[in-house]
Amino acid sequence: MAQPLDARVAACLVCHGENGQSAIAEVPSLGGQPAFYLLIQLFMFRERMRVVEVMNATTRGLSDNELRSLADTVAKLPPPPPAGGPTDPARLERARALIEQHRCNFCHKRDYSGEESVPRLAGQREDYLVKALRQYKDNTRRAYDTSMADVLYLISDEQLLDLAYFLARVR
Amino acid sequence: MIRLLATLTALLVVLPAFAVPAGGQPAAQPMPPLQPQPTTVPGRPDIPNAEVNTLLRSIAPPPLPMTEDQLPIPQLKLPKGFKIEVFASGIANARTLRLGDKGTVFVSNRLLDKVYAIADRNGKRELKIIASGLDRPNGLAFHKGALYIAEGTKISKLERIEDNLGDPPKPVVVYDDLPNHQSHGWRYIGIGPDEKLYINVGAPCNICEPPAANAQIRRLNLDGSGAEIYARGVRNSVGFDWHPVTKQFYFTEHGRDWLSEDLPEDELNRVTKPGQHFGFPYCHNGTFTDREMGWGRSCDEFEKPVALMGPHSAVLGMRFYTGKMFPSQYTNAIFIARHGSWNRTKKIGGDVVVVKLNKDGSVRSQEPFLTGFIQNNQYIGRPVDVQFLKDGSMLVSDDYAGAVYRVRYGGDKVAKP
Repeated sequence: MAQPLDARVAACLVCHGENGQSAIAEVPSLGGQPAFYLLIQLFMFRERMRVVEVMNATTRGLSDNELRSLADTVAKLPPPPPAGGPTDPARLERARALIEQHRCNFCHKRDYSGEESVPRLAGQREDYLVKALRQYKDNTRRAYDTSMADVLYLISDEQLLDLAYFLARVR
Repeated sequence: MIRLLATLTALLVVLPAFAVPAGGQPAAQPMPPLQPQPTTVPGRPDIPNAEVNTLLRSIAPPPLPMTEDQLPIPQLKLPKGFKIEVFASGIANARTLRLGDKGTVFVSNRLLDKVYAIADRNGKRELKIIASGLDRPNGLAFHKGALYIAEGTKISKLERIEDNLGDPPKPVVVYDDLPNHQSHGWRYIGIGPDEKLYINVGAPCNICEPPAANAQIRRLNLDGSGAEIYARGVRNSVGFDWHPVTKQFYFTEHGRDWLSEDLPEDELNRVTKPGQHFGFPYCHNGTFTDREMGWGRSCDEFEKPVALMGPHSAVLGMRFYTGKMFPSQYTNAIFIARHGSWNRTKKIGGDVVVVKLNKDGSVRSQEPFLTGFIQNNQYIGRPVDVQFLKDGSMLVSDDYAGAVYRVRYGGDKVAKP
C-alpha cells in the first residue's frame, strides 16, 4: 500500500535530520538541494546504480511520480547553516585557490547553492563532502555524468580535505 | 642605465617583498600578503565573465522519460513531404539504435544501465528490457542474429537474441582490453563490410596528451582477437558508418571544449588508409594547432576532416541512406544526429543534418533535416542516433525526452501503421 507523502518525508528526516539538516556523520543534509539533483539521486538509488543499502531499500518499488513528489517536497526544506567555530584561514585560502583553479563555482554557482542537476555544497556536512569527493575520485560512487570524476582526477586527497573544510563553512 | 632601471623595476614587480626597505623603518603601508595565484589547468576554462557561467554548465538529461503526450513532436520541423511520429516512448536516456534481421529495434543507454528491445507482437509494438545493471552500455551492433553490447570496459554478445527476447541469453564477453575512464569512457561499435568489429576508445580528458590506449578507433575480429588501431588522434567518436558504394569508413568526432564559442568545430572524417592520424590533441579542424598542446606541431602532419559540423554541436550517430522511401536526392547521403552544444552560450545543433557527397566521397553539401529541438536556447529534446527501417523510414533516438521517433516520406501514400 502506498505510504502518504508526508510519512515518507518524515522517514527520510529521521536520518537526514530535522528540517533537512543532518546530525549524523556521513549522512548528507538535504535542505536547499535542487529538486532535479534529488530526483536523479532517488532514481539512481531505486535502480541500484548508486549503492547505499538503506537508500536502495527505501526507494525500492517507488513509482516515477512518487520519486518526483519526494524530490519536490524535500527540495523545499531550508538550506543548512554553515558550520560554526573558529576557522583556519590558511585552509580556507588554499581551498579558494583550488576552487578558482578548477572552476567549481562554474557549475555549483558562486554561492555554492547548486542548480538543476548540480548539488548545493554550501553548509553541507564536512565528513559527507570528504566521503563523496573520495568516492567520485576512486570511482566507487557512480555519478550520473562524468564531470566530478574529470575534476577529481587532478585533485589530491589533501586538497579535497581543504575543499570540504571550506564548503562546510562557506557563508 | 635605462635598461638597468627597467630590470630593477621588473624585479620589484616580481618580488614585492624587496619593496620593504631592508633594515630600515617598516613601510607606512604594509604590503598585502602574497596571494597564491591560480594557474590555469590545461583544458579548464578561463572565462572572466561570471555572468555567462551558468549558460555553459553541462546539461544533464532527466533520468525519467517524458510521457508520450509531453514529447516535443509539434515543435519539430522537416522538409516538405516528410512527417514525424512517436515510434516508442518511455525509454529513459535512449541512445544508440540498431535493427535486428527480424525487425527488432534495439536501444541502448549511456547514463543509465539498460538495453531495450522494441519488437512487434501481434501487430502491437512492445518494449522490453533485455539487459540491465550494465556499465554505460552505449555501444550496440547487430550481426548474424547476435547483438553486441559495448560497455565501458568490455564488449559482450547475445546470440540469437531475436528468438529469445522474453528470456535473453547470458551475455558472453568477447573483448575486454579497454581502459576504464569516466571522461569519454562510453563506447560506440559497428561491424564493417570486412566483418570486423570497430570500436571507439576516446580520450580520457577534454584536452591532454592521451595514453597510448586512448584517442583512437580500433578494429578487431568478431571473436575479440587481432585488435589493431584503425584510426589515431581521434578525441571521441560516437558515430560511424561505411559508404555503401566505396565501403570507406566515415566517422563523426567531437572537438575539444573551452577553446572559444566558435572553435573548434566538430568534424566528419574519412579513413582512406588504416592507421591515419586525425590530429588530436595537436591540431583541430585541419586548420589550427591547439593553444596548449599544439606548440611545435603543424596541421600538415595530420588528416583533414571532410566536413566541419559546427562548434560544440556534438555530432553523434550517423548512417548512409540506402532505402527506397526518401526521394532519390538522399540516396547514399549521410544523416547525422547532432546532440547539440553545451559548451557554448548560444546553443547550436540539436537536430539531424544531411550531408551529401560527391562521387569521389568528398562533401558536396550539408543541410538541416530535422530541427526544432532547441527552443529559446533550451533543449526540448536531443537527438542521438539515426537508424533506417526496412521500409526506408528513419528512426531517431532522443536521450533527453527518452523516446524514439520515426520519420516517413510520402504523406497520404504511406500506409497507416
